[in-house]
Amino acid sequence: MSELIDARGLSCPQPVLDTLTKIESMGSGKLEVLVDTEAARENVSRAVQGKGWRVDSIAEDGDEYRLELIKE
Amino acid sequence: MKNFFATRTGIVSVGLVIGVFAALLQYWGNPGNMGICVACFERDIAGAVGLHRAGVVQYMRPEIIGFVLGAMVAAFVGRDFRPRTGSAPIVRFVLGAFAMIGALVFLGCPWRAFLRLAGGDLNAIFGILGLVVGVWIGTLFFRRGYSLGRSQKTYTSVGLVMPLIMAGFLILMLLFPQIEGQAKSGILLYSLKGPGAMHAPLLISLAVGLLVGAIAQRSRFCTMGAFRDLILFKQVHLFSGVLALVVAAFVINLVLGQVHVGFEGQPVAHSQSIWNFAGMVLAGLCFALAGGCPGRQLFLSGEGDGDAAVFVFGMIVGAAFAHNFGLASSPKGVGPHGIAAVFIGLAVCLLIGLTMRKKA
Repeated sequence: MSELIDARGLSCPQPVLDTLTKIESMGSGKLEVLVDTEAARENVSRAVQGKGWRVDSIAEDGDEYRLELIKE
Repeated sequence: MKNFFATRTGIVSVGLVIGVFAALLQYWGNPGNMGICVACFERDIAGAVGLHRAGVVQYMRPEIIGFVLGAMVAAFVGRDFRPRTGSAPIVRFVLGAFAMIGALVFLGCPWRAFLRLAGGDLNAIFGILGLVVGVWIGTLFFRRGYSLGRSQKTYTSVGLVMPLIMAGFLILMLLFPQIEGQAKSGILLYSLKGPGAMHAPLLISLAVGLLVGAIAQRSRFCTMGAFRDLILFKQVHLFSGVLALVVAAFVINLVLGQVHVGFEGQPVAHSQSIWNFAGMVLAGLCFALAGGCPGRQLFLSGEGDGDAAVFVFGMIVGAAFAHNFGLASSPKGVGPHGIAAVFIGLAVCLLIGLTMRKKA
């Protein structure tokens, strides 16, 4: 089962901070992150890749993005 | 779609372009080590519309107008215009006001701190140290759950309010252009001497503003975020952009003979190191708590962020208070009430940082 972070409407640096805090506590697995700005999408993607996670998919729904993050 | 400006090469290129044009703007007429200073220029705008009556700092700076309009165009082109608002606007207004007060104790926003350094003004080192400490304090609050809360999607027209106001300012400037030797043209005030009287030609300033606004919007260039990400995430992405700005400005300054190394007699600066430091601690903390340096707040307000727009107006009103109440420094040193204002500002930031926390 994957975990979810809803970072919609949050300004910098919270989407990244919440995501990094979560993946640190998880260690590995699957995490979904919801964001609603391009900047947050880019920042979260960039930050998790530095921690050995990968962005498996980015689903676009109107003005929102659902990022699927994975670390085996 | 891959956004080139979001890459490392992208952010470094943006820093280089800003550094080059900032140094050139000084060559073209802007004040010393003030090719681009968001705080100073918003203060000049506050003066141009008469919110304060400090005669030496009154000019409707086209760079600021260009920043917002350039960011807006880039956001539409990049399908990145997101009208949103409602994340503690009144708090952002107050943070903007105190950010400006802190910046005017130092005499510059973070952008100008780096440009001062690139021009050899060693006083800037204390300002930059203060900025780092202020941002560091901000990260402590973030680690303890500080949050201004979520913004909400809103109407496109709400996101367009700030760009429209800036377009209005530009129209005022064209309707009431500067008249040689006159302190007033129609309803706009123009400095006859001092930094407000020093400016590059309108069209050049506007063009550079538009260019910088566009590329900074795409790259999310942020001088506060540079240090915040370094401290909070050990990420060098934004920092590499700021570093590029300093290097580029320094090189162009060298070529143009604009480097004068030292503490004394620097343009629009004082050498009271402790207050250069403390002013920027306050400003840095305000920027961190509000999520962006003053430049970034302008670019955000151009891409539809109504809360960033409120922060900008907080800065403009803060500038008026700073000059009306004697909080702003001058080359002679801090203003009569500048020191008190720094302490009040820090207390306000502590209150905001400690009380606005989401439950774990």
